[in-house]
Amino acid sequence: MGLRLAAWGGLLFLHFPILIIVLYAFNTEDAAFSFPPKGFTLKWFTVAFARPDVLEAIKLSLQVACLATLIALVLGTLASAALYRRSFFGKEGISLMLILPIALPGIITGIALLSAFKRLGIEPGLFTIVVGHATFCVVIVYNNVIARLRRTSQSLIEASMDLGADGWQTFRYIILPNLGSALLAGGMLAFALSFDEIIVTTFTAGHERTLPIWLLNQLSRPRDVPVTNVVAMLVMLVTMLPILGAYYLTRGGESVAGSGK
Amino acid sequence: MKARLANPGPLRRFANLLYRRPNLYLTLLLIPPLTWFGAIYLGSLLNLLWQGFYTFDDFTMAVTPDLTLGNFAALFNPSNFDIILRTLGMAVAVSLASAVLAFPIAYYMARYTSGKTKAFFYIAVMMPMWASYIVKTYAWTLLLAKGGVAQWFVQLLHLDGLLQALLTVPGIGGSTLSTSHLGRFMVFVYIWLPFMILPIQASLERLPPSLLQASADLGARPGQTFWQVTLPLSIPGIAAGSIFTFSLTLGDFIVPQLVGPPGYFIGSMVYAQQGAIGNMPMAAAFTLVPIVLIALYLSLVKRLGAFDAL
Repeated sequence: MGLRLAAWGGLLFLHFPILIIVLYAFNTEDAAFSFPPKGFTLKWFTVAFARPDVLEAIKLSLQVACLATLIALVLGTLASAALYRRSFFGKEGISLMLILPIALPGIITGIALLSAFKRLGIEPGLFTIVVGHATFCVVIVYNNVIARLRRTSQSLIEASMDLGADGWQTFRYIILPNLGSALLAGGMLAFALSFDEIIVTTFTAGHERTLPIWLLNQLSRPRDVPVTNVVAMLVMLVTMLPILGAYYLTRGGESVAGSGK
Repeated sequence: MKARLANPGPLRRFANLLYRRPNLYLTLLLIPPLTWFGAIYLGSLLNLLWQGFYTFDDFTMAVTPDLTLGNFAALFNPSNFDIILRTLGMAVAVSLASAVLAFPIAYYMARYTSGKTKAFFYIAVMMPMWASYIVKTYAWTLLLAKGGVAQWFVQLLHLDGLLQALLTVPGIGGSTLSTSHLGRFMVFVYIWLPFMILPIQASLERLPPSLLQASADLGARPGQTFWQVTLPLSIPGIAAGSIFTFSLTLGDFIVPQLVGPPGYFIGSMVYAQQGAIGNMPMAAAFTLVPIVLIALYLSLVKRLGAFDAL
């Protein structure tokens, strides 16, 4: 009984600050954080979406997340296709290298990229942000795709080859449809990770402002509290919803075609 | 049909070539990711470490490529060493507290839920884990603010006296909750807690029920079974989770900047050195600290079986 209380209490603890963000987005006050809130309004949503700086930041974040996800999908799929079956010299090293950007603190990746860009004379901007994000997003796609490849039955591929399909046709008609939802799930997670990333971005962004950087600037110099609250809730939604989507896409691993062997 | 077999298209010929030459196929697959990671990621990491040996002139504020070990030696200056100890202490405290808080949740998830409830718990832990880091930090600045939710709760439960007493303890306290070590510690624990719950839950899931039955059959009381069977066998999970809580706290520079008393953390020191001060060599030397500490920590928890529980 005590255990049950502790477990549900823990869940409440994890979700309480998120509920607070949602609550304050509708708060009528414009400068204070008094609790309980005095009243609720939708006014700040219209105010937030009329702000050019907010819209710019949203646009930049979307661009970065889309490009980084695209690169991560290509590189992650190639890496997982190379690593999932054959063993060869340096395989462990390659998988370690893929994990390194999320295993090491983001500040190391960020400052390393910054110093490299400086040395090469590359001006920070959209391009440098995307490079940083794509680097740590690859492993997300890689993990999803390699898990699916390992579950996909080898006999399906053999059957396809026996029936006269070449490597490309087998990939196009057998492997790709099987990978579809894993790619989608990996892509969604990579998108969420990129949309929210702040630590690497502070180093690689230069004067550009992604949505998390816009938020951080607001936090250090609190001015437009209601607009900040609305943007905070928006960012929260964009990062949380892909989790639900990815969960439903990759759930039920038993139903993958041919997994019965 | 015959014509197609006799004269296959270029795509098919290419596919057949790759099928006959698996090494070529493997190489072609690996070239793009390896180029990206080798050139961009490893290249910049090595470049950064190399810069740690450069010389920074305090008077001209310029960096010259004269190699020196001075930056690394400077890490052991009392003021810099204090920063390292402060960060390390926080990382250890956060890891311990996360393990204590995470264990009951993970234990309940693994042993007392199934089907829909288990899925619900799983998603309920995953969602806050993925929810935006900066927004979670922001939420805590709201919670801890003067007149905010935390204060409201404390007053509701008439614990003002206790809170004031806690805040006067040196090393833990501060003038208010949002500028105290305690507040910063709470934010860290909150943000990294899900990273601890999931590995512990996974390691408890893998625990064969027959072991627990055997323990009971041999006359152990439930408490004895827990302390002598369940807990030791969940150590790999705890160790795996602590990799995340430890290394994420060690490199953080946003939370120390927004919550807690003034005073640098490793992350904020790196940020200040490269940004405001422009001393990239010293910043590079400082980034070596978390790398070394994490490498040491990994070799420690590897012995506890953490890598099998990841």
